[in-house]
Amino acid sequence: MFRFLLGRLAVLIPTFVGVSIIAFSFIRLLPGDPVALLSGERVMSPERHAEISHALGFDRPIVVQYLDYLWGVLHGDFGTSIVTKKPVIDQFFELFPATVELSLCAILFAVILGIPAGVIAAIKRGSAVDQAMMGTALVGFSMPIFWWGLLLIMLVSGMLQWTPVSGRISLMYFFPPVTGFMLIDSLLSGQAGAFKSAVSHLILPTIVLGTIPLAVIARQTRSAMLEVLSEDYVRTARAKGLSTFRVVGVHALRNAMIPVVTTIGLQVGVMLAGAILTETIFSWPGIGKWMVDSVSRRDYAVIQGGLLVIAAVIMLVNLIVDLLYGLINPRIRH
Amino acid sequence: MKKLTTLFAATALATLMAGSAWSKTFVYCSEGSPEGFDPGLYTAGTTFDAAAHTVYNRLLEFKKGTTEVEPGLAESWTISDDGLVYTFKLRPGVKFQTTEFFTPTRELTADDVVFSYERQLKADNPWNKYITGASWEYAAGMGFPEVIKSVEKVDDLTVKFTLTRKEAPFLANIAMPFASILSKEYADKLQADGKMEQMNQMPLGTGPFAFVAYQQDAVIRYKANPDYWGGKQKIDDLVFAITTDASVRFQKLQAGECHLMPYPNAADVEKMKADPNLKVMEQAGLNVAYLAYNTTQAPFDKPEVRKALNKAINKQAIVDAVFQGAAQPAVNPIPPTMWSYNDKLEDDTYEPEKAKKMLEDAGVKDLSMKLWAMPVSRPYMLNARRAAELMQSDFAKVGVKVEIVSYEWAEYLDKSKAKDRDGAVILGWTGDNGDPDNFLDTLLGCNAVGGNNRAQWCNQEFDALVKKAKETSDVAERTKLYEEAQAVFKREAPWATIDHSLSVVPMRKNVEGFVQSPLGDFAFDGVDITE
Repeated sequence: MFRFLLGRLAVLIPTFVGVSIIAFSFIRLLPGDPVALLSGERVMSPERHAEISHALGFDRPIVVQYLDYLWGVLHGDFGTSIVTKKPVIDQFFELFPATVELSLCAILFAVILGIPAGVIAAIKRGSAVDQAMMGTALVGFSMPIFWWGLLLIMLVSGMLQWTPVSGRISLMYFFPPVTGFMLIDSLLSGQAGAFKSAVSHLILPTIVLGTIPLAVIARQTRSAMLEVLSEDYVRTARAKGLSTFRVVGVHALRNAMIPVVTTIGLQVGVMLAGAILTETIFSWPGIGKWMVDSVSRRDYAVIQGGLLVIAAVIMLVNLIVDLLYGLINPRIRH
Repeated sequence: MKKLTTLFAATALATLMAGSAWSKTFVYCSEGSPEGFDPGLYTAGTTFDAAAHTVYNRLLEFKKGTTEVEPGLAESWTISDDGLVYTFKLRPGVKFQTTEFFTPTRELTADDVVFSYERQLKADNPWNKYITGASWEYAAGMGFPEVIKSVEKVDDLTVKFTLTRKEAPFLANIAMPFASILSKEYADKLQADGKMEQMNQMPLGTGPFAFVAYQQDAVIRYKANPDYWGGKQKIDDLVFAITTDASVRFQKLQAGECHLMPYPNAADVEKMKADPNLKVMEQAGLNVAYLAYNTTQAPFDKPEVRKALNKAINKQAIVDAVFQGAAQPAVNPIPPTMWSYNDKLEDDTYEPEKAKKMLEDAGVKDLSMKLWAMPVSRPYMLNARRAAELMQSDFAKVGVKVEIVSYEWAEYLDKSKAKDRDGAVILGWTGDNGDPDNFLDTLLGCNAVGGNNRAQWCNQEFDALVKKAKETSDVAERTKLYEEAQAVFKREAPWATIDHSLSVVPMRKNVEGFVQSPLGDFAFDGVDITE
């Protein structure tokens, strides 16, 4: 296990260094003067330019600048927002719970619907049900998120008025964040109706963000299931006269789940990419919307720092998924 | 234990809030997050709406719905005979807001005015760089550090501005959001506590609404200021629900989740008008889009040629295709909502046959020209490429061949300034301060050749009129001069004026008292919601 961990880290560290080089070069390769971009000042005298350039350390050799940057990053200094003047890492942790909450709900939604759908499709292989399900999955997989989001808002919120259009909770409710997770905070606030409002605000973003993972998980479950169902031990179980429910539910499903778990782990990166669009459409104050807003505000320090933090989080999550997987299935370690 | 305390505090707050659930709350679906809450530091309208028009006031204000100035925190003012000294009498008894984070002990005085200006003008003021990268871009852009020699306190309620040169638009300039008046007492307290940055996060001023809380990228909350010198507002709470997507803003408005929204999609406007729960306000925006010929190059150096080309352009078709009607064809270089607009002038009518003949008479044959189309969408020109294509086909009808060119935006702005630049350039302008000078001299004056004057047009007659108006304080006199200047412009035709886009503001039917600003601001003082 220790060797396995070392091997994973050996891949991870160069990857992180690579990403940090990209993030570091980002501002220097963009069109425009990096001093102006990082300081946020657009009208500058040459003296002021030199002063800021010196303060930002731009007058030093590029390698020194990079090492200094990396040193800062390793100590948790991901830069300071040009706009809010707050450390990027602090803002990240302020907004991250909103994204985590939404992503967890979306994954849950995808798993709860996706696995049964895949299993049913596999059992009824080739039937109309199977074809309809896999057709729908294909559509769901190729659905552009922003279009799907706007469509749902128009139908469900606009025409049917079943759910609110955007935000995390009705503006009627106002309480300080405790955990950052609205579902928990709304309960803690003790305000009647707050939790219900938080849930109703979560429905559409969850569906939109969960659609692609749902399609992927359903398809993955179906193919894993089909493979397992053709194995000898399943045939043996069937031959012994066990019910289909028992054969599928107990014997086949457990083994079919191994690749599905990997797929779910891989969805983390997909979720963050999807969150950028989903959060923007639903005015969901998480890191996805933060990145988009930073682009429109030209807050390059946030884009640069945010990219690196997000990359680090994705890598970390993947590492954890790998390790857990290694624990569950020892064969993977070799 | 700590958790319990938090829980208790939250419940207590909840009980408080439950009491205020009966209050009148106005929700504005704003289009973006403010850059900060100190209006002096920024240039975006979004920021001004969230800070300058809620929390703060200025010495002078723009009269609602116009570009004329009226008394604000200054009740009256006098200008010395040489036009260099402006003395303002402050309104007595103006209270600063009392908030959870600060309780003021004194009323507005000249000290607050001096403080608010000096931090923007003097590099050695401790507040000049109170946040890293602070720059007073607007003040610099308006030339304040050069124009204003000093701002002095005469007595508690009198403040004196001394200028280095005559500046007719000065009164309009100090009514602009960046010139908001802050509290020196609050600033001193923050400085003493070593929390200067708080000025940009938790603003406090004399305005109609007091800041309560801001949740980044999501919501800004304000309460009506009970001590407001202009009287307490009819609404109790003002909420900015930050909603960046225009279609989502529309859905929220339809669902009743907000009362008013800015910047709708042009395609949604018809649907908004058809919705019985909504009403839509429309007004010509304070902007103009134009096609600037290079008047220093043949054959565009001849006014006859420029006139002929202007007659070849079907403006209405451009307005219909690019704006779906949400714009009006432009006659003058300034928009009709601005004072001194000359409504007696006639536009160059669309007459391709006549245009063709005029070109022949001017001896122009087989002309082929470059036409520059902006790569970005601006309020005054949503799709320059499309407009350019329409002009291309219009010009083809009179025998002029057009090649459309475009560059990356920064490069486009830069290259189009060059005096030897070829062809004609599509560009536009949105006014900053409601003063005609901000269009006529800024875009067409001789000083601006090689800069904002994309037509490279230096006409002595026009320039003399505009320069004279700049140095005149009397508004009636200035109006006359600007009207004459517009007549010269129309005769000489350095531009084809294309359009003024409409600013469209949809809102719930029950919103009362909202006045559209020609300057494009969204201010909610005086607004009410009826049941």
